[in-house]
Amino acid sequence: MPETTTIETQQTSSGKTIRTEEMIINMGPQHPSTHGVLRLELVVDGEIIVDVIPHIGYLHRCFEKHAEHMTNYQQVIPYCDRMDYVASMNMDLAYVLAVEKLLGLKVPERVEYIRVMMAELQRVASHLLAIGTYGLDVGAFTPFLFCFRDREHILDLFEMTCGARLLYNYIWIGGVSHDLATGFVDKAKRFCAYFRPKIKELNDLLTFNEIFIKRTANVGILPADVAINYGCSGPMLRGSGVNWDLRRDDPYSIYDRFEWEVQVGKGEVGTVGDCWDRYMVRVREMEQSVNIIEQALVRLPEGDVFSAIPKRIRPPAGDVYVRSESPRGEIGFYVVSDGSTSPYRVKARSPAFVNLSVLPEISKGYMIADMVAIVGSVDIVLGEVDR
Amino acid sequence: MTSQDIYEKVRAKFGDAILEFKEAPPSDPYIKIAPPVAKDVAAFLRTDPDLQFDYLMCLSGVDYNNGNLGVVYSLFSMQKHHKITLKVEVPKTEPKVPSVESVWRSADWHEREAYDLVGIIFAGHPDLRRILCPYDWEGHPLQKDYKLPEFYQGMKVAY
Repeated sequence: MPETTTIETQQTSSGKTIRTEEMIINMGPQHPSTHGVLRLELVVDGEIIVDVIPHIGYLHRCFEKHAEHMTNYQQVIPYCDRMDYVASMNMDLAYVLAVEKLLGLKVPERVEYIRVMMAELQRVASHLLAIGTYGLDVGAFTPFLFCFRDREHILDLFEMTCGARLLYNYIWIGGVSHDLATGFVDKAKRFCAYFRPKIKELNDLLTFNEIFIKRTANVGILPADVAINYGCSGPMLRGSGVNWDLRRDDPYSIYDRFEWEVQVGKGEVGTVGDCWDRYMVRVREMEQSVNIIEQALVRLPEGDVFSAIPKRIRPPAGDVYVRSESPRGEIGFYVVSDGSTSPYRVKARSPAFVNLSVLPEISKGYMIADMVAIVGSVDIVLGEVDR
Repeated sequence: MTSQDIYEKVRAKFGDAILEFKEAPPSDPYIKIAPPVAKDVAAFLRTDPDLQFDYLMCLSGVDYNNGNLGVVYSLFSMQKHHKITLKVEVPKTEPKVPSVESVWRSADWHEREAYDLVGIIFAGHPDLRRILCPYDWEGHPLQKDYKLPEFYQGMKVAY
């Protein structure tokens, strides 16, 4: 809480003395631009932001407590789905990777390829949502509809794979819940061909739109060293010009087999690390994800996707921290096993939680209207911040 | 650097305050340290030119259910590409650990979370408030002997 509000006197141009004082405004928890139930306590001097105090926890559903109380490791996966509910595949994958490391389990090739494809499709879907709603935040309505139209195609692909459109429970320990449906590969290839030109359309419509650039360039600048110190990751870190992506730099699954490029912010229309850069990293990442999906579709081997699923999951006592790259950044699971059939402790290091903590640092000195642009560019999902 | 090298370097500097080093795959190799030196070890790991642990990946509180609470620091160096895990254990009756918030700013919210859910008190943290639970919540839910309160603010807790 801010301790005191300072009261100062100022001279106006006509020589009058007026009193000014700082004011506290609550933005949220019910506010369309906070992307959920985030409350920001803004200390403002007129229109200028002096300090921001984020209050989170409105969507806390005791994920970690639930995880401890499950009767087996598999039962935690649906809860992971509900952490980042717009990138459930990536959450499942992160948790499953941690448990598989504890078990020392190797999964079949086909499963690896399916997982990578699903994770990348999910990344495109998640970025489309982030970009669409970001446009909405700063006043562009049409791109939102276009993004959701394209995201729908991906959700259709997920639906034909596992029956669910948002919360999949698809990636299982040692495998996946269903093999790919008949016709999935063709449909996914058609999607990739369809989607590439849409990125250009999006750029023409929103990215290089004069008003959009005015709202986002040179706003909310996050320097690279501050980003690392605060533990930022994902597009938030890359937007600040740090060439860093866990898929390439700390490879997991089979990401080292694909050719693609890590995208970083370059300050094209403003300063490196501004809101536009973070936005642009997401746009360009979608294209790279499509590259990975296309390569995986071509190389997808045949095989049994259920062969490695253990009948009984009972990892030896020990603890691991395993991280992977979700659309929002580094999602890590610290899992402690005591040798029994259920986890002793599961801690989720969610990227949006950590990314959000830098908010006070990057929003001081800007206008209240810029706050909307800054929060949107951090791309938080409150389900994952609050867990 | 391998975890063994990292351990030897820390051991040479801090001596007996370093309690244990264990490397047993699949678990992550960890160095267990005495709680009072946690911050000094953290600062050393961060600033030493050979180590340069500039990225705190994760900070987790754990209740070991043997009368001790623990903090686990998962560290990574963006410069040198190496990892190490630090662990401290403190008695549940006086769970005080020096805060590393001034070493890595990312520890700020992580420590608040560990305080909120596990009940570890981080000495020197500038703003140790609850973060996920309501500010007036009682108890620390992730302690193994935690009993769900029947009432919160006069309202019945549903289940």
